[in-house]
Amino acid sequence: MLLCNLVSIAQRVGAPRIVPTRGIPYPTGDPSLSAEGERAWRRQLLERALQALATPVTEPTVFDGDPLE
Amino acid sequence: MRIVHYLNQFFAGVGGEDAAGAGPELREGAVGPGRRLAALLGDEHELIGTAFCGDDYASGHTEFAAALVEQAREAGAELLVAGPAFTSGRYGLACARILAAATEAGLPAVAAMSPDNPGLAEAAGIPVIESGATARQMGPSLERLAAAARKLAAGAELTAEDGRIGPVARTNRMAERSAAERAVALVLRRLGGDRDATEIPLPDFDQVTPAAPLSDPSDALIALLTEGGFVPAGNPDRLESARASKWIRHSLEGRDSVEAGEFESVHGGFSTQWANAEPNRILPLDAARQLEGEGAIGGLHTEYFATTGNGTTVADARRFGLEWAAELHGARIQAAILTAT
Repeated sequence: MLLCNLVSIAQRVGAPRIVPTRGIPYPTGDPSLSAEGERAWRRQLLERALQALATPVTEPTVFDGDPLE
Repeated sequence: MRIVHYLNQFFAGVGGEDAAGAGPELREGAVGPGRRLAALLGDEHELIGTAFCGDDYASGHTEFAAALVEQAREAGAELLVAGPAFTSGRYGLACARILAAATEAGLPAVAAMSPDNPGLAEAAGIPVIESGATARQMGPSLERLAAAARKLAAGAELTAEDGRIGPVARTNRMAERSAAERAVALVLRRLGGDRDATEIPLPDFDQVTPAAPLSDPSDALIALLTEGGFVPAGNPDRLESARASKWIRHSLEGRDSVEAGEFESVHGGFSTQWANAEPNRILPLDAARQLEGEGAIGGLHTEYFATTGNGTTVADARRFGLEWAAELHGARIQAAILTAT
């Protein structure tokens, strides 16, 4: 599965399982958060990645919804 | 015709990665490569303004394109020209969005980028002219772009002979020769060794068949992969910062996290300051180890693989993918989490 910010490109090249992230230079980070808040967000992002890996898909599928929202 | 030219923050002279977050702006006259473009466009056309935007801003705020096109129209633009973006992905994507916004607003538009630029597929039938891979090919790339813009301004359609690449919108028109004659002509070209001649170019992306889902991640071996130019500090394997010709692997055994000073990103396509301050922002080892410790992940692969996805050719990227898949299969890894910058 793919964790990335440029979701439209990932869909176009056919990546089957896509989890959107918050910025190009830090796919599994968010420098706007406190260090502790960022670690918690990263963990939730990976939980979403595991959920994507365990979900059947037939075409490029975006698993969105920001984990902190 | 009055023409407005789109550039990213770098070619507009605003700054490098430090200015990639800069918002959209329209300035009077030609800037940077636009000066040469203006000369090549000749006397019957005037480059009245330069629109630009930071690459990160343009990636995250799609509305930048419509805003710039509106400003260009108010300034009297009759045609938009974007790039050349070479193989720069964010810049190519921004050019494609400018093309789409211009077309939406009823303005003819043309961009230039490399056939390997991911922005090409986003241009969706609006003309893109082939540029070289890097700014070293600025001169000839601008010449082709200017010739295409002149032709477009004259109301003519751009074709492969003008260096047009990417998807072409299908339109109805009267052909000079019958379908039978054209088919025979194509067969003769094919017999003559031309493997590319066609009236209907097809998109060349692979179909990717999704892998079956994991029945239970808590029972699975999972690998961490990245195209973020992620290397041990000092880059001992000399991974390239752009146009990577290889990938690297490094052990994660005995580590609970990837620490600043021990790992870094050498990616040349964005500012690496955030990744270098906290490397888990590119390779999320700290969170993955936590989930492994709690049993949510069966186990993490003992090493990570990395390359640099920056101007990397599709052919090389495909080879890396095949090699990674073979390696992971051999190590009985059932799933991979790939971070992309």
